[in-house]
Amino acid sequence: MTDTLSTGVTRELDENALLDAYRTMRTIRAFEERLHDEFATGEIPGFVHLYAGEEASATGVCTHLDDRDSIASTHRGHGHCIAKGVDVKAMMAEIYGRRTGSCHGKGGSMHIADLSKGMLGANGIVGGGPPLICGAALAAKQQRTGGVGVAFFGDGASNQGTTLEALNLASVWNLPAIFVAENNGYAEATASTWSVAADNIADRAAGFGMPGVIVDGFDFFAVYEAAGEAIERAREGGGPTLIEVKFTRYFGHFEGDQQTYRASEVANARENLDCLKRFRSRVTETGQVEAAKLDAVDAQVADLVDAAVDEAKAAPKPTAADLETDVYVSY
Amino acid sequence: MPVLTLSQAINTGLRRALEDDPAVIVMGQDVGGLGGVFRVTDGLQKDFGADRVIDTPLAEAGIVGTAIGLALRGYRPVCEIQFDGFVYPAFNQIVSQLAKLRARSGGRLALPVVVRIPVGGGIGAVEHHSESNEAYFAHTAGLRVVCCSNPQDGHWLLRQAIDCDDPVIFYEPKRRYWSKSDVPEDPGDLPRFEHAQVLRDGGDVTVLTYGGMVDTCLRAAEAAEEEGHSLEVIDLRTLSPLDIETITESVRETGRCVVVHEAPTFAGLGAEIGAAVTEHCFYHLEAPVLRVGGYNTPYPPAKFEDQYLPDLDRVLDAVDQSFAW
Ligand SMILES: Cc1ncc(C[n+]2csc(CCOP(=O)(O)OP(=O)(O)O)c2C)c(N)n1
Ligand SMILES: [Mg+2]
Repeated sequence: MTDTLSTGVTRELDENALLDAYRTMRTIRAFEERLHDEFATGEIPGFVHLYAGEEASATGVCTHLDDRDSIASTHRGHGHCIAKGVDVKAMMAEIYGRRTGSCHGKGGSMHIADLSKGMLGANGIVGGGPPLICGAALAAKQQRTGGVGVAFFGDGASNQGTTLEALNLASVWNLPAIFVAENNGYAEATASTWSVAADNIADRAAGFGMPGVIVDGFDFFAVYEAAGEAIERAREGGGPTLIEVKFTRYFGHFEGDQQTYRASEVANARENLDCLKRFRSRVTETGQVEAAKLDAVDAQVADLVDAAVDEAKAAPKPTAADLETDVYVSY
Repeated sequence: MPVLTLSQAINTGLRRALEDDPAVIVMGQDVGGLGGVFRVTDGLQKDFGADRVIDTPLAEAGIVGTAIGLALRGYRPVCEIQFDGFVYPAFNQIVSQLAKLRARSGGRLALPVVVRIPVGGGIGAVEHHSESNEAYFAHTAGLRVVCCSNPQDGHWLLRQAIDCDDPVIFYEPKRRYWSKSDVPEDPGDLPRFEHAQVLRDGGDVTVLTYGGMVDTCLRAAEAAEEEGHSLEVIDLRTLSPLDIETITESVRETGRCVVVHEAPTFAGLGAEIGAAVTEHCFYHLEAPVLRVGGYNTPYPPAKFEDQYLPDLDRVLDAVDQSFAW
């Protein structure tokens, strides 16, 4: 059932849509690279897992989604949040642990959520998200909203029982759910070539009675096309799909990771495979977007991220009195 | 043995156990090639091979379930859970299988499984990475729950836990991994792991604690001494079954008791200990048993950590409160 997609664009995107997609990917990249630098200064609390290198996945999928649709994310969730439209400044403030953050500074990097955008939450528990998406998809199905649920999860998470249960449930209930396995080659230091018993995560789809697709995760258009097909099928009542997106993360597992377990595959990916570079050369070569317009986006994004960091740093920190609030709706 | 950090002391404990008994197996996510997220299993796979120090995919339920099956077939597996909050996927295997098999089999089956869990806060992490979930397991009959607080206990309690035929949930306070002390070659006079240990004698108040709070309580005892109060600090070491004898012996002398832990106080170990002490020492008590613990909230993000974790002042406040009763 698994097929590898060619990268021909079946669904044409106009210039504005292409610029939006580019802006999303560029925002994620700039956000993550800035966090990488900021983390080194010691000002950011907690653990931070960066999504740089993987932008085409969140963007290629979420470009098809709107506010009816739900996504569940992972510990490496900043990209999913940005692609689903969560406010970048509120995210930055959340990561800095400030009261102006999306979760009032009480969630942090690994737990950003914004229900108004259908972003059900990043997740500190690996494999925590996929079952939630069965619930969101079941709700959409029962209420006939036409909405879908998308679970992003890693290669490591693909081995967790909760993920496998969710795949089966989604198929049994014929849910409008899309499972996006983001295979970046590693779960911490564990190589997916070893930990995933099948050749591909997508090969498992057959066992759950759903289509499985493998895509080049560095290619926005490949992800966009595969996700578009799966989402359209789900919206029309055709049930779930498992999409495996293959790529490399640019930074360590978490900020501070010594990365003793992997060789220099990152340099090659950055140089030759990078999703932003490929997007740019493709849309400028075809004449769909002028390079100057992409440059303008780059500048705007840089300003946005600067402002987000400045505002986050200046924002008030939570106080001891905030500690016991928000645990119950009423108590 | 030389002076070791807690993490080295545990590493050495695992190493000696692997040397002494071919039935011992170490298993978990990234315990082999990487040596564990806290490097507690560093070098073990290199020296003992991939059959005895086993890397697993990310699947906590599978890890503990496999350990149960290995134990039923004669092995003594030691599982590593990466952080406290990641044990929950394995909760079903621990509570429904590991804890129950012995009683269920009429005592025929022994389950020599150790589940090692780095526990508690203080390293600037968040929810799932800083939790104190010992009460869930202490509440489950059939499990022994042990918590070390220093390198010598990290080493020797672990070795006794591995030798024990009962399943043991073995907690390691992660913020103490880098603390150092001398680890004796021989357990000698160290109390066995079923027992609490009086770490500091005192006549006025019994302070019962374990894990990451032991050091805080010892420092509180020093500070209290300057104010003329003499605190007896007891490291519980074993949380289930509880060493009620050592506890009552002390409280009958002092008449005052404060229990200190990081976990939320509601339905925490302190609640059980408070009830037990009241039952055993009612006529000796000058004040109710008081509890110092985390707030009854999820573990907060790092910015709140200092406010959340009990500190020296909170321990001393409770001591004052006990005197003021
Ligand atoms: C239940 C659980 N077990 C272990 C962990 C520790 N942990 C955090 S991320 C991670 C690796 C996840 O790998 P993968 O799913 O491939 O996602 P990636 O980090 O590569 O994006 C692990 C083991 C966790 N957060 N939750
Ligand atoms: Mg991965």
